[in-house]
Amino acid sequence: MNCDEANVMMHALIDGELDAGHAREVESHVAGCEACARELRGFQELRRSMNPAALRHAAPAGLRAHIVGRLPAPRAGASRRAMIGGFAAGAGLSAIAATGLLVMVMRADDQKRVLSEVVSAHLRSLQAQHLIDVGSSDQHTVKPWFNGRLDVAPPVVDLTAQGFTLIGGRLDTLDAKPAAVIVYRRRQHVINLFCEPAPGSMRRAASMESLHGYNVRRWSENGLNLWAVSDLNAEELSEFGEKFEAALRQ
Amino acid sequence: MMAGGTIEAGDGGKAERFKVLALPHLDDAYTLARYLMRSASDADDAVQECYLRAFRHFDTFRGGPIKPWLMAILRNVCHAAHAGGARLVFTTDDELQAPPLWREPGDTPEQAMSRRQETDTMRRLIGELPAEFREVIVLREINDLSYRDIATVIEAPIGTVMSRLARGRALLRDAWRAAEGGGA
Repeated sequence: MNCDEANVMMHALIDGELDAGHAREVESHVAGCEACARELRGFQELRRSMNPAALRHAAPAGLRAHIVGRLPAPRAGASRRAMIGGFAAGAGLSAIAATGLLVMVMRADDQKRVLSEVVSAHLRSLQAQHLIDVGSSDQHTVKPWFNGRLDVAPPVVDLTAQGFTLIGGRLDTLDAKPAAVIVYRRRQHVINLFCEPAPGSMRRAASMESLHGYNVRRWSENGLNLWAVSDLNAEELSEFGEKFEAALRQ
Repeated sequence: MMAGGTIEAGDGGKAERFKVLALPHLDDAYTLARYLMRSASDADDAVQECYLRAFRHFDTFRGGPIKPWLMAILRNVCHAAHAGGARLVFTTDDELQAPPLWREPGDTPEQAMSRRQETDTMRRLIGELPAEFREVIVLREINDLSYRDIATVIEAPIGTVMSRLARGRALLRDAWRAAEGGGA
């Protein structure tokens, strides 16, 4: 890598947009090039001087009201939750969602097979030293990493304040399809959160199951099927799921 | 300046879905508009026009993250307004008086003042960047879009996003250093 390339690529490095291989290339160039190292430090300093929250502009209250006022009026009785489900399901199913009916998207035996797959994938990740592809406690590094690798943007949220540390993400397979995995840790316990795109699936409340001593919390929302797997006790895994869902709704 | 009119009465369910998905990004949209348009009222108009257009074309939205889709519409609205006479140039003095949204807890009044000055300076310097660099800086640093999403918004390849970010940040860094050295 030459300096011209490094001068562009170092921005992708700062932004967490590089895969491990390219990140190493940039880092090794910078390690041996004082001019580029100085540039990189300068841009990191600039990044620290920019507080995104302070640089934002809040929309005036009247603007929201004005926009809402110009949209067609809602039907009576349609709840926000039903509408989220309805969107995920596509227009054809939204009428069903609006009535609050939940559709079972998988047959029971399918569910059992997937449960066993999820637990196997969890064990594999712990044994084969393939727990994480992108290691970071920064959700803004982990989330973009999945771009281009999956046709779904998995929800990555920081739960450090709630006692669950984000440690990274990886690609895995589930049911012979690619799935995003977001990896958290509580104390010494790893939590693998599997996200599988499920266009058309209804929102589904969480259920807790256990297999071979591992707990699995499964739920669906926003067109995603999610499984949180861990050797953590059921209570704390439930807590994780609830905190995760709450963070997504913020 | 902006097209007026109201949306024809139609599917209220569609409107509800649209609100649930699109309204959470109102601050993001308004922020981008404030950096792309000359005044707060032009930004206001642009965001309204963006949301009404987005609703009219909501049937063509193919799912996935809605934020880049909205930002792309907003950018087109801003550029069209620019072509129609309103200028894509930022800042008048009175706008710099807008208090920042964020304050560090426990700041002394002096620290708060100094932070506020820094924020005002940074807003102004971003606003003074040429438009093609300004928009990628705002989309990346403030609106937190990925390179791929920025490429969608500005309808350019990712390589262009990267080179504009690199150039934009170099300009911003130089301007920031000059302001810090000269002003503080």
